[in-house]
Amino acid sequence: MTGAQLIAACLLVPAAGAALIALAGRWPNLRETVTLGTAGLLFASVLGLLPTVLAGGIPQLFVLEMLPGIALGFRVEPLGMLFALVASGLWIVNSVYSIGYMRGNDEAHQTRFYVCFALALAATMGIALSANLLTLFVFYEMLTLVTWPLVTHHGDDEAKKGGRVYLGLLLGTSIVFLLPAVIATWAIAGTLEFTPGGILGGKVSGAALGGLLALYMFGIGKAALMPVHRWLPAAMVAPTPVSALLHAVAVVKAGVFAVVKVVVYVFGTDALAATTASDWLPTVAGFTVIAASVVALRADNLKRRLAYSTVSQLSYVVLATAILAPLSVIGATLHIAAHAVGKITLFFAAGAIYTAAHKTEVSQLDGIGRRMPWTMGAFAVGVLSMIGLPPAAGFVSKWYMLAGALQAEHWVAVGVIAASTLLNAAYFAPIVYRAFFRAPQGVAHGEAPLPMVLALLATAAATVALFFFPQVPLALARALQGG
Amino acid sequence: MIAEHLPALQVVVPLVAAPLIVLLRHPGLAWALAVAASVFAFGASLGLAAEVARSGVISYAMGSWPPPWGIEYRVDALSSFVLVLVSAIGALVAPYAWRSVAAELPREQHYLYYAVHCLCLAGLLGMTITGDAFNVFVFMEIASLAMYVLIALGRDRRALLASYQYLILGTIGATFYVIGVGLLYLVTGTLNIADMAERLPQVGATRPVLAALAFITVGLSLKLALFPLHLWLPNAYTYAPSAATALLAATATKVSIYVLLRYYFSVFGAGLVVEALPVPEILIGLSIAAIVTASLVALWQADFKRLLAYSSVAQIGYITLGIGLATRDGLTAAVVHLFNHGITKGALFLLVGGIALRAGGVDFKRLQGLGRTMPLTCLGVTLAGLSLIGVPGTAGFISKWYLVLGALEAGYWWLAGLVVLTSLIAVAYVWRFVEAAYLSEPPAGAAGAGEAPLPMLAVSWVLVAACVWFGFDTSFTVEGARRAALLMLGGAP
Repeated sequence: MTGAQLIAACLLVPAAGAALIALAGRWPNLRETVTLGTAGLLFASVLGLLPTVLAGGIPQLFVLEMLPGIALGFRVEPLGMLFALVASGLWIVNSVYSIGYMRGNDEAHQTRFYVCFALALAATMGIALSANLLTLFVFYEMLTLVTWPLVTHHGDDEAKKGGRVYLGLLLGTSIVFLLPAVIATWAIAGTLEFTPGGILGGKVSGAALGGLLALYMFGIGKAALMPVHRWLPAAMVAPTPVSALLHAVAVVKAGVFAVVKVVVYVFGTDALAATTASDWLPTVAGFTVIAASVVALRADNLKRRLAYSTVSQLSYVVLATAILAPLSVIGATLHIAAHAVGKITLFFAAGAIYTAAHKTEVSQLDGIGRRMPWTMGAFAVGVLSMIGLPPAAGFVSKWYMLAGALQAEHWVAVGVIAASTLLNAAYFAPIVYRAFFRAPQGVAHGEAPLPMVLALLATAAATVALFFFPQVPLALARALQGG
Repeated sequence: MIAEHLPALQVVVPLVAAPLIVLLRHPGLAWALAVAASVFAFGASLGLAAEVARSGVISYAMGSWPPPWGIEYRVDALSSFVLVLVSAIGALVAPYAWRSVAAELPREQHYLYYAVHCLCLAGLLGMTITGDAFNVFVFMEIASLAMYVLIALGRDRRALLASYQYLILGTIGATFYVIGVGLLYLVTGTLNIADMAERLPQVGATRPVLAALAFITVGLSLKLALFPLHLWLPNAYTYAPSAATALLAATATKVSIYVLLRYYFSVFGAGLVVEALPVPEILIGLSIAAIVTASLVALWQADFKRLLAYSSVAQIGYITLGIGLATRDGLTAAVVHLFNHGITKGALFLLVGGIALRAGGVDFKRLQGLGRTMPLTCLGVTLAGLSLIGVPGTAGFISKWYLVLGALEAGYWWLAGLVVLTSLIAVAYVWRFVEAAYLSEPPAGAAGAGEAPLPMLAVSWVLVAACVWFGFDTSFTVEGARRAALLMLGGAP
């Protein structure tokens, strides 16, 4: 298949999958087969694009001209390739996990759940492969809207409240900040295409440039920069598979992906480094890293702790990008993949604990490692990755981020990374300690259903594998710099 | 032969259909004739639009009396665009009315409804196509009288009061308009709009011309429901029969806006209206007031149809805001939103008609849990609601894009901020529906009513699909609006 056909497949396979899932709603086994088949086919389509991109090619697909001079179009560059690979690959694992979770907990509206999930993946692919800001914006908003039914899945008052915060903040920031930023970019630059070196260079300067950057950074609410991060903890009312794939991988990574994309392809790292317009950004991102870690430290609810950890880890990516040093941008790119596999493992474990033991608070987890050794073993691997220790993927990305910060002699960033590493250890290590070194309490129970355990072992293995074999993500990250 | 006389047939066919329907009386035949006339009008407008795209302006001399002595019908980039919108809505509402009218009106009134539908359509199309200032008034009266009847046919007794309110205010508006035309006739000696535009510069900005501008502005503002002259609108939309509300909301105010544009930019000219007088400032100020207050009032309505009516007042504010900017992008925004809001509100009111039929009303209590019993209807309302907000991938987004772009390019960055901020209020009121339909339990004792009748649902979904289609493929809407904007700023009628 040609590049254009593969791109079309990446978008249409999950969309068609959603329709088939809806049709198969009455037969759960068939429905789940369709989900798994769709996920597999999507991953194969994304994988089909990889050789071309690694060889330096840029597959393209032009659909139609949405507005005079602005196309709905797709172009696969290294960063988007990596994001699409991570999201589509983890969807397969997450689907296996979902089957175990949704059946194990007897959740209602399962057809709607799987339909929205497939649509969310279609939107994610649209973001990852978008060729310009308008296309990215279209799918960015679509992702917010199709994940809303997943966040409010339980339909009770708590879900309704969480849904309001989720939708209000994500839609609000994107409409009030991001859309004017995109339109202003169009008015200034006359193009919205993602172009290596940026499209704004020399056309706007001073306070206007800084203001525009601020509109983008806070407009991309999915990147959860403080103070627009509150939607993420609010989204934790969703069933755990949603938190795992969407609010640790697809949605939040769409946010930081858009941040990197805007900095690299709209502003241009070199053009931005030549001005002082972005000097405030590392400080805000650094503050978010530290402040979110402190909140995580005090959170007793496991999913809430994980959510704030995600807020903190997302700002690593923003921080590393904002330093504008070549090595740190590589680190930021790698961290999109590294954090994804690690954090999804942690969420999978949290969901497994809930399903097997109905426990949601950290203080209830005494001795759970003895009853659920596989789950908590995988959890420990995820923790290593979050802290940034070998042999886990988080070490590699943190290494590059730190090297970049040193290269740029950005001492604030170095300090933030060092301090947050300690904080990460401080809020994750006690969980592992409790799980394995305290005596278990309450009724005895075993592991969660097999599909869930298999899924979390797979992502834990991937976390380790990315440490030993980071070649593909690294090659893509380097190509981003070269391009 | 027929192609040559399309401009006349565009109006004459629905106009003649009305008395024929009254003669026929049989509800089924009346309906069939109304559908045939409406569909013909739609076909005619498409033919005219294609001809205008090919050869520019069409001038048709009524009864072969050459203008400026006879009445001229004149189709250009702007009027053909509005003709397509009005006739498309007419052609969709007519088949929809079959089941809706049968459910809402007594059988002996059915033929009346269809006759008035055709009259209303003829009046609105006539206002758009004619190139004669007094002829606009004649068609305005035909359309308005038809609308008073349509509203009064509503089964709620408050419909009578609503119709009466509209009758009073609408008549004042029409009178103001005709006074303005009279003054213009006095100073130019012509009623032909193109001729008038040629002669006005010689008269200059004298007092009668300024008075005419003021009378026409106020008269038309009443008709198009510009804040604070919108008071007739919420009741009229709320209590009219469902099909009538959809027809009125999608077309009536839009045609009045078209006439205003015609006078501002073709007759008086941008030089007088925009540069010499503070009309843009007044329009922008009133538009902001309309957007903010009507959106906030909409948010607190207990009845969904009334909520949508107030939302219409706010959305008209966005259109007049674009006119107030008076730049290429501003006018493009105004014209494109005229169309996009027409199809969006059309879709919403048609779907609401289906809900009213099945649930017995559309207050928020009855909407609870409706996502289960009427899934397709609720999905349609949600999608059209997204277009109302202006979410990308829907028609409303295209309007918002040009409005923000126009404001930014005019240097009004605060106005761009206001446009995006107020669309958050739209998010809030659309989400009231979404939460009621999908996240609430149905009230105890509510029967599982099921979907609306298929013909109604199918027609509604045509418009819902149009809301999405015109969010991606904008070659017709944006191109048409840009041509119209260029035409208006070029000064030539």
